[in-house]
Amino acid sequence: MPVEIDIDHVARLARLELSDEEKERLRAQLAVILDNAAKVGEVATEDVPPTAYAIPRSNVLRPDELTPSLPVEEVLANAPEVEDDRFKVPRIVEVE
Amino acid sequence: MVLAGYRLDCLGLPQVRKADQAVGYASRVMAEYESVIGLECHVELSTETKMFCGCRNEFGAPPNTNVCPVCLGLPGSLPVPNAKAIEYIVRIGLALNCRIADESLFHRKNYFYPDMPKNFQISQYDLPICIEGHMEIQVGAETRRIGITRVHMEEDTGKTTHVGRSGRIDQADYALVDYNRAGVPLVEVVSEPHMRSPDEARAYFAELRATLEALGVSDVRMEEGSLRCDANISTRRVGVAELGTKVEIKNLNSIRSLDRALRYEEQRQRAALDAGETLVQETRHFDEEGGSTHTLRSKEEAFDYRYFPEPDLPPLAPEPSWVDGVGASLPELPAAMRARYVSDHALKPEQARLLVASTSTARLFEDIVALGADPRAAANWVTQDLAGLLNKARMELDETKVTSQHVADLVQLIDEGTLSQTAAKQVLEEVVETGDEVDDIVDRRALRRVTDTSALETWVTEAITENPGPVEQYRRGKEGALNAVLGAVMKKSRGSADAKAVRELLLRRLSES
Repeated sequence: MPVEIDIDHVARLARLELSDEEKERLRAQLAVILDNAAKVGEVATEDVPPTAYAIPRSNVLRPDELTPSLPVEEVLANAPEVEDDRFKVPRIVEVE
Repeated sequence: MVLAGYRLDCLGLPQVRKADQAVGYASRVMAEYESVIGLECHVELSTETKMFCGCRNEFGAPPNTNVCPVCLGLPGSLPVPNAKAIEYIVRIGLALNCRIADESLFHRKNYFYPDMPKNFQISQYDLPICIEGHMEIQVGAETRRIGITRVHMEEDTGKTTHVGRSGRIDQADYALVDYNRAGVPLVEVVSEPHMRSPDEARAYFAELRATLEALGVSDVRMEEGSLRCDANISTRRVGVAELGTKVEIKNLNSIRSLDRALRYEEQRQRAALDAGETLVQETRHFDEEGGSTHTLRSKEEAFDYRYFPEPDLPPLAPEPSWVDGVGASLPELPAAMRARYVSDHALKPEQARLLVASTSTARLFEDIVALGADPRAAANWVTQDLAGLLNKARMELDETKVTSQHVADLVQLIDEGTLSQTAAKQVLEEVVETGDEVDDIVDRRALRRVTDTSALETWVTEAITENPGPVEQYRRGKEGALNAVLGAVMKKSRGSADAKAVRELLLRRLSES
């Protein structure tokens, strides 16, 4: 199943800046991954239902009960910038 | 009038608008096209804890205090769905006549936006929990069935505050993020594009809100964001079957905003099509202040959410017997309640609609009736006098000390002839302010109806002396002038005099001399 891989698009979606050399290397690796995934399709016959999970489990739920949250200092420990106990980030959208 | 968070006059009562009065071009353009509207409504569930972790689900906590490794998206943390939230969404689905899927899946919706710390939101994609339902709405005298495409479960995002000179989202210098809301159980209700006017959209939204409130699954406080809505609207020529270009409007934080945004967009689209322009499929932002919509451009390119099954969450496969049990436990829904009020209590449909629009109002009405008051009198007090007072005080019913006993007492005192209608209104006003017992207020303000002739005689004499003008006019044959004198007597009695007795006395006295 040869797939056209638009490596620039994939990199953009993942917010990765790649050099030309990296793009070539990753394009080749992605092609191998896709080939391998396509092999699943060869053995999946109509009597095999599609599944997203390897283990046949369902309805794993928890009761609606409180558990402790983190202290706010720990929550913000990895924040690049903080203001008023909130994460400070660059502006997000533009309106015409 | 304000009842439980929104203006009732925005819920479908006819309104005369300047635009409707305009003639010529505008009305022709409005008549030749029709709107096709669908709504996507988001509902925060009122569970104790978040969707996938045990952090408290609450509005207004100090920033980033209800946050843990799961909702912060730290590596190695494992989300586990909240059983209560699953029960709530099944309730919603069943109330909206949906089919509950035998098996449904959570997906990751991938995007880069700082409102989710893990760069994806857990949502549902091609296998939602509830599918193919409908809800009936009342628009004027007409009942319309609006299809529900799906109802799915997801998690809410964090709250971003845009900081900058004007507070406008596009002119912000930076944003601050609070993740308390990240991971709060959020249900999305997607309608079919079955609505044809802003009035229908408003009626749908009001009905959904009342239904969710009756189900007890959400506090539906729009001002706190627990019920939000995006609208899709397209325009086509009347009689054309295929759909026009769809525009999505975001930032609709009240029923009034929904209404204003749709009316604006409807006119914008019709004018553009009529001028031969082509509309673009886009997302627009509603500007509350200007009352208009604007193109909302993300800095990023076209969205490609790359949904894939959430590997940490096994499928949901609710037992049919459990689903049946949830269905059997559903409370009476607004449509059934309205029908019952009309058939059992002989209320007018419009009055039933006003009562049922909010659970607290409906409950108050039922409690008053249970205390023995005449249903129509009870309905009048709740939808007119009380609603008017609350609107004036900018209060919600829940915020006042008014009880069913208060209103039932008033109705009884009027029935007995102890209290005049006017005096009862004064009492209610004080009840709203103080919550005091009706009897105490009546005694304190000496409002018991006065039939004692000597008191009436005194007031009548005074009123005649103090209003020589109207008295003279009346004597010259202008009968209407009597009302001014009558009013003066009522004023002296502070509403406690029996108007009929006063009138008789006045007529007698004025014919004597």
